[in-house]
Amino acid sequence: MIQRRAWWPPLLVLALVSLAAMVVAVGLGSVNVAPADTLAVLAGQGSELQRTLILELRLPRVIAAFGTGGLLAVAGALMQVLLRNPLADPYILGLSGGAALGALLAMLVSAAAVLVSAAAFGGALLATLLVFGLAHGRGSWTPSRLLLTGVVVAAGWGAAITLILAIAPAQKLPGMLYWLMGDVAYARLSWPSVLVLVLTCLVVLPLGRSLNVLARGPVQAAALGLSVRPLEWLVYVLASLLTATAVTTAGSIGFVGLVVPHILRLVLGNDQRLILPASAFAGGTLLVLADTAARTVIAPEQLPVGVFTALIGVPMFLYLLHRSR
Amino acid sequence: MQTLNCQQLLIDIPGRPSGRPLDLRIEAGQVWGILGPNGAGKSTLLHTLAGLQSARSGRVFLGERALTDLPRRQVAQQLGLVFQERQDGFPATVLETALIGRHPWLSPWQMETADDLALAERSLQRLDVDHLADRLVSTLSGGERQRVAIATTLTQAPHTWLVDEPTNHLDLHHQVAVMELLTEQAAGGCAVLMCLHDLNLAARWCDHLLLLFPDGEACWGEAASMLVPEALEQLYDQKLATAEVDGAPVYVPVR
Repeated sequence: MIQRRAWWPPLLVLALVSLAAMVVAVGLGSVNVAPADTLAVLAGQGSELQRTLILELRLPRVIAAFGTGGLLAVAGALMQVLLRNPLADPYILGLSGGAALGALLAMLVSAAAVLVSAAAFGGALLATLLVFGLAHGRGSWTPSRLLLTGVVVAAGWGAAITLILAIAPAQKLPGMLYWLMGDVAYARLSWPSVLVLVLTCLVVLPLGRSLNVLARGPVQAAALGLSVRPLEWLVYVLASLLTATAVTTAGSIGFVGLVVPHILRLVLGNDQRLILPASAFAGGTLLVLADTAARTVIAPEQLPVGVFTALIGVPMFLYLLHRSR
Repeated sequence: MQTLNCQQLLIDIPGRPSGRPLDLRIEAGQVWGILGPNGAGKSTLLHTLAGLQSARSGRVFLGERALTDLPRRQVAQQLGLVFQERQDGFPATVLETALIGRHPWLSPWQMETADDLALAERSLQRLDVDHLADRLVSTLSGGERQRVAIATTLTQAPHTWLVDEPTNHLDLHHQVAVMELLTEQAAGGCAVLMCLHDLNLAARWCDHLLLLFPDGEACWGEAASMLVPEALEQLYDQKLATAEVDGAPVYVPVR
């Protein structure tokens, strides 16, 4: 008898790991709080100082990091199914680049922080429209054409960003560089990213099996009873929205969308019903850990979190790739 | 019983004159073979009959209803298509691939049941690939992939089978096994329509034939009346020698 692995144990494990990572992250910082005290504060007890530190300073940041990481990972997983290409990722397709250009332009004219976020959101949406619109052309989306368009457009954003960095006044450069490498410290609101993440998961989970079918290619999917075009548009719109929300929250953070779904596929197989929620948990956990490292390694100085997602993600990915045949 | 039929159907091949419109009626229990040289439109016809490609003119009916009026999911419950080309780029295991055949039968929130799993397992056994269940499809040989594709359609359990080159990549034993499977499906009440390159397989296993000529000309009918050596020679532009072996006509190209 052929056995299928149950889908819930990996999710349970990932959820527990996520919780543990968040509790540890909330406790660590310039003043360390023991996990027991952290739990006490979360339960409504603990000293005044600890309460302020955890509930007002660290918890919002940790939640924002978790939400952002989850968004990027789910966006990456969706794009990889849509393009049937494991290289697809918001960063590689130039969506993050568009957001970065918007944000940097706003910073260049010294716009308020809210406007920087709005410009980033607009830039991400513009980049999405540009890439998918150009790749669509008059024919259909072929994955290779979409990927090529994305890579070329991303190179264009890169040049524009370098130009801005070259002409920007010196005192604005550090802020710009931090934004480019991703920094959760910019996240002033923690709830939008988590809210979008939860809503998307609710929309996407019933579509999991359809996405498995879509991964077999559009013609095969149509032969198996799928309305391919509406589903492709839905996935595309969702992935763009997720990316835009993520980069607006925390700047442009690479590797999460590429590496997290990949690692999960290598370990858990390729059932989107499992991979999508698992990506949300694992991506969130990765960014929480990376952000904790970013603000503690040379505390009180803070490092850009994108550096740490790369430092954690890349070796882990290479190891798993090497191990799996 | 379910039938697939088309009225005045002209398939759409860019840059080619329309040729003869097709009026086919494929009944349950029949095994149809489509013969024709490369580029005659065999695959295009299958895709058009499955509703995946639009026709230049004419209509396709599945049972009493026009194919274009039926929701895709309902079509997929009744009609299965085995493709000649497959995209196996995105990794999936053999078992996952076979289980995808259950998709048209499940509602969005539903997970595959034990029955679905048992059906997929039986299909893999039937095609002799059950020992590969946990392997990634991308690591299989061409013939093994072909059998997995047929097992997927068997798991889908359609009334009407459209099969593009069922014996592609298969060794002799598995060619016979697959042709036996398809005729067995027809004997069990399904309708089968397949594109074939091998005249001898067609002569042996098909009870009806459709000859598609490269200029769009076509003729169809019972196999015995279609297997005229002169017509086949004209079809392939190739001289043939004919003999009878093991109760079936055999055609060999003349050098």
